[in-house]
Amino acid sequence: MKNFLLHKPARNQQYIISVVLVITVAIFGLALYGLVGYRTAAFMLLVAVSIIAMFFDIAPVLLAALLSALIWDFFFIPPRFTLTVGTGDDQLLLLMYFVIALVNAALTYKIRQMEKEVRVKEEKANEAKFYNTLFNSLSHELRTPITTIIAATDNLNTNADRLPENIKTELLSEISIASIRLNHQVENLLSMSRLESGAFQIKKDWCDINELVHKTIQSFEPAISKYKIAVHIPENFPLFKLDFGLMEHVLHNLIGNAIQYTLPGTGIVIQALHDDDKLVITVADNGKGFPEGEIDKAFDKFYRIHGSKPGGTGLGLSIAKGFVEAHQGMITLKNLPMSGAIFTIEIPTETSYITRLKNE
Amino acid sequence: MNNQATILIIDDEVQIRKLLTITLESFDYRVQEAATAKEGVIMVANHPPDLILLDLGLPDESGHHVLRHLREWYSNPIIILSVQSGEEDIINALDHGANDYLVKPFRTGELVARVRSALRKSSADENNPVMRAGDLTIDFSARTIKKNNVAIKLTATEYTLLALFAKNEGKVLTHQYVLNQVWGPSYKSESQYLRVFIAQLRKKIETDPNRPAHIVTESGVGYRFVVN
Repeated sequence: MKNFLLHKPARNQQYIISVVLVITVAIFGLALYGLVGYRTAAFMLLVAVSIIAMFFDIAPVLLAALLSALIWDFFFIPPRFTLTVGTGDDQLLLLMYFVIALVNAALTYKIRQMEKEVRVKEEKANEAKFYNTLFNSLSHELRTPITTIIAATDNLNTNADRLPENIKTELLSEISIASIRLNHQVENLLSMSRLESGAFQIKKDWCDINELVHKTIQSFEPAISKYKIAVHIPENFPLFKLDFGLMEHVLHNLIGNAIQYTLPGTGIVIQALHDDDKLVITVADNGKGFPEGEIDKAFDKFYRIHGSKPGGTGLGLSIAKGFVEAHQGMITLKNLPMSGAIFTIEIPTETSYITRLKNE
Repeated sequence: MNNQATILIIDDEVQIRKLLTITLESFDYRVQEAATAKEGVIMVANHPPDLILLDLGLPDESGHHVLRHLREWYSNPIIILSVQSGEEDIINALDHGANDYLVKPFRTGELVARVRSALRKSSADENNPVMRAGDLTIDFSARTIKKNNVAIKLTATEYTLLALFAKNEGKVLTHQYVLNQVWGPSYKSESQYLRVFIAQLRKKIETDPNRPAHIVTESGVGYRFVVN
């Protein structure tokens, strides 16, 4: 029932349903007229109004209350088929009928308001819990490199004359690694907030998929040389209208994910296909794959596979998803039958086979 | 080694100015600093430097505005420093006379390379019709290209494209600029021509067209011709 309350019909549907229900009950009452007294009919109508009050907004409920009072007055209270009410007794009854219907509506409305408040409170509590996890993960991911930088520079500052050269070099390299990591995290956070605020514009232009894929791969040098990278793009592949920068980001996060969570020597295969009016790009690896139960959550913000090694914020895949969806496309993740995982990006887009154009 | 070139840094962040100064001075450049747009413009007017590093996010005036203002009389290279990697911002600056851009954070090696390349007079000047770019030799008078001393056959458009890049070596050319220069103003939105010809040209002049060493892609912005 709570679910039903959450998904109330649209306002105009509520009006229609209210009116129909009141009229149905009235017809039923008329059919039984003689068998039951007109006062009993009032109770039948009141039940209908109460039921309406349980589920609908206050305005349709008021309409039902008013309509049922009029119907009762016109069709049931003697003299029938007039709006005049004969006895003072009946006048009082009609007044009370109307007051009860209104109180009924108001009370139910109040209860529902309270329910809503409780729900909002619950949602807030859940949100707080979510942000707690988020801040824990974030402060860890940001503070670790910052701590490294501060500790290493302090060491270099205060112990400069006592530290052997090789340790100094090592400290400098730690600072360098930490700042790259910090920059990576900040960039992910910026992308995420750009996505969430909707403050970014997608700028589509003709893209050479070969250029896109190879440029992204190149950005991982030299780390990528430890992996077996293969690219399969058909000859004379058409141009597609995409946002080059965003798609580079998507591929970067998918390939980065493969590098981060598989061992050196793992094969990574990037494939592009043209399927009807869709561009399909897959990024597959033959690593361990994703734990089956966690595949659904892989694209969730700040979600990290249970027990995964540090270095990620759990943002990379949700950013990739966001940027693909900004292209009206979709991204899916599956485990491969033997081993490993495959990401599939499908984007509906304009294509251009201008490659066959005469070369002047 | 004494470069003697004077570089003016216009950036409001003391830390950035300090680090840029240390880096550039260690490469023997003379460095001047300005913390505001106003100060920077006055310094340029009094002693025009050989190159300007201009931050786009200045407190008193937008860097884009300063750039347009400076370009009314100042013709030496201007390199833009930006914290946003937003392509619009960069394209806008390049279209308004910036020679190059660096997105913060950048590596000092990259900074020095860009400064050097911007300061270097193009080796493709009128008096020297032959330009060497790594394994490529471009003869502008004979309109011929050689790769490792082997002649390469280019179509007229491919040649025009390569010559345009070579004459602007080290500089980022935006998609719009190249389309306008090679195909003319009515082709400004026909970027698919550019993609196709770049791919064809790379197949002919690059040792590995998938990892281009000469015509380098600047994502969403344009291309840069690199000599080595």
